Amino acid sequence: MTVLVSVGRHPVTGRSRRADQDARGVELARTLPGAEIGLLHAGRLDEGNEAALRGYLGMGFDALTLIEQPESSDALPALAEALKAAPPQLVIAGERAEQGEGSGLLPYLLAERLGWPLVSGLAAVEEVSGGVATVLQALPRGQRRRLKVRLPAIVTVDAAAPAPRQSAFGPAQRGRLEVSEAPVAADVEMAEWQFKPARKRPKRLKIVKAASARDRFKAAAAKAEGGGGQVLTDVTAEQGAAAVYKLLKEEGVLR
Amino acid sequence: MSEILRRDPRKEWIARNRLHPQHLEVLAELGGGAASEWVGPNGLVRRNPHVVGFMGPNGLKRIDRSGVQQGAGGGGAAKAATQSKPLVEIESPAFLVAVVPDMAGGRLTGHDRDLLGLARQLADADPAAPGAVLAVIFGEHKEDGFAEAGIDRLLHLDGPDVEGFAPEARLGALVAAEEAWTPRHWLIPDSKLGGADLGRRLAARLGERPATGVWQIEASAEADLGWSCTARGAAGTLDIQRSLPRFALALAECAEPVSDTRHAASELTLPQALPAQLSRIEDLGQVAVDPAGVALSEAEFILSAGNGVRDWDGFHHAAEVLGATEGASRVAVDDGFMARNRQVGATGTWVTARVYVAVGISGAIQHLQGIQSCDKVVAINMDPGCDMIKRADLAVIGDSAKVLEALVALVEQAREEKRNAA
Repeated sequence: MTVLVSVGRHPVTGRSRRADQDARGVELARTLPGAEIGLLHAGRLDEGNEAALRGYLGMGFDALTLIEQPESSDALPALAEALKAAPPQLVIAGERAEQGEGSGLLPYLLAERLGWPLVSGLAAVEEVSGGVATVLQALPRGQRRRLKVRLPAIVTVDAAAPAPRQSAFGPAQRGRLEVSEAPVAADVEMAEWQFKPARKRPKRLKIVKAASARDRFKAAAAKAEGGGGQVLTDVTAEQGAAAVYKLLKEEGVLR
Repeated sequence: MSEILRRDPRKEWIARNRLHPQHLEVLAELGGGAASEWVGPNGLVRRNPHVVGFMGPNGLKRIDRSGVQQGAGGGGAAKAATQSKPLVEIESPAFLVAVVPDMAGGRLTGHDRDLLGLARQLADADPAAPGAVLAVIFGEHKEDGFAEAGIDRLLHLDGPDVEGFAPEARLGALVAAEEAWTPRHWLIPDSKLGGADLGRRLAARLGERPATGVWQIEASAEADLGWSCTARGAAGTLDIQRSLPRFALALAECAEPVSDTRHAASELTLPQALPAQLSRIEDLGQVAVDPAGVALSEAEFILSAGNGVRDWDGFHHAAEVLGATEGASRVAVDDGFMARNRQVGATGTWVTARVYVAVGISGAIQHLQGIQSCDKVVAINMDPGCDMIKRADLAVIGDSAKVLEALVALVEQAREEKRNAA
């Protein structure tokens, strides 16, 4: 199995670090007993990036494969070639990068190019056997869904996956970065875009569309909204419970 | 019948005399129902001021002259307002703007409505050649406000193969829609509810580069499609200014939802049936998670207790049987019945549950703030005058312990029947 790792960016200080979701992906791979795990990164090798990539090595790895690419080039062809040359059973990636465009498209494009199935937002990999992986997908609101996916496959990791272990300094320094070359594909379209630090999004205003001044005043002075609710008075406990049960059933929250 | 209006002076006299024993009957006869207005014998509209109005807070009768409270009261007026929205029909659209709403829980989410508002902006930009908004929805739904949300054309795909987590089948359907109509824009919510995944799959399949995390669009003469957009990049730390591509995955609050018009929402069907395809991903269904382990702020179903709860064992048992996450009002927490991290409200957690059941909670304003974003609120309470009842979609006035007990019995009975049937 291969974990695609990237160089992250600390949200406050802006320094390079191991990307949070990729580190979760590495941790997820580590939870599988007897798995042979390789780390793969495509990007530039400089001082800051090396320190960040060594953070992954400090999670208990001897080596990391690095495909050297200049900044703002398209990493997709290089990664696809590398995966095609030595196809792993399972490719784990983070959901989106912490630098650059960060569109989260790379796993989808890889899956499309390699013709593999893709499952997004994993919380856990339960079992890999007989060419089929059983995985738990994280849904919003803390829910989980169990899926079976045919291997080889690409999976992306959700923030609900287990938190990454701490990176040990000694093994991180001892580990090797195996640098290889690959043809470079420039990202032409991205060169036309303008990048700015994120502006705070304007807060949505409550727009009152009212015909008369009285309506506007009412909207401004409104206390409790709703009021269209159904009120059951003078009912027995059973009748009340039946009404509540019906609503819960309609909303589909009862399992 | 003859055109001559016949008068009955006696009845008119009774109708004028409020103290007459037959006054109400005659009024009803003359006016038909709640007789606040009727046509008089000379064709003039007569009004009876005694039957309009409502009792004000200080016990005096008040008449609302804005026309809102005519006879039936507020509900009818609101209904009339939705009816009076102008219907916009686009017979032969110049182009299509396709939207794939998430439809979480079978209804349009706020995010979906924002996206439909954005789609309307794109479609209505040129009044000479208006576009139509096409919404593609999957599976069963409970939504009846498609027309008000701004949808002109609706493609509803139903069937066992698009239910649940079926990205490959849904992708196939979207590709078929693309081939059939080739919309000028595709707008998909960039949300964890499924839109982010499906949108990226679609763009990757069709080989087009989408804009992700779009939160603003502006008209621009230089861009290919006439629009430029601002998108969030690099985990939300960058703003990327670029021309709007055909595929856009937009964030919530990217535009104002449609509120002024109604649209046709006419059903479309795909020209060809979808080919059956072998899925490489098998959905084994949702896994039962421990509701107590779900964070209160993101729990879907909350059973919340307040001062009115006496039988705490019964409450905990009910939460367990219903599979609900437990919440509490401040009083219940202060009295030591519930943990502090279970408190809902301004000083506790702001919850986003789809269904919130408030047991014995009167509804202090701080608590009501905390449940602002809940969809359905059920109140079980002894006091019919409390604020929670006003907020609730369904309120049951009665002893909470007994109602919960009956509810638990109902749920257990339904489960038993299901088990026997299986």
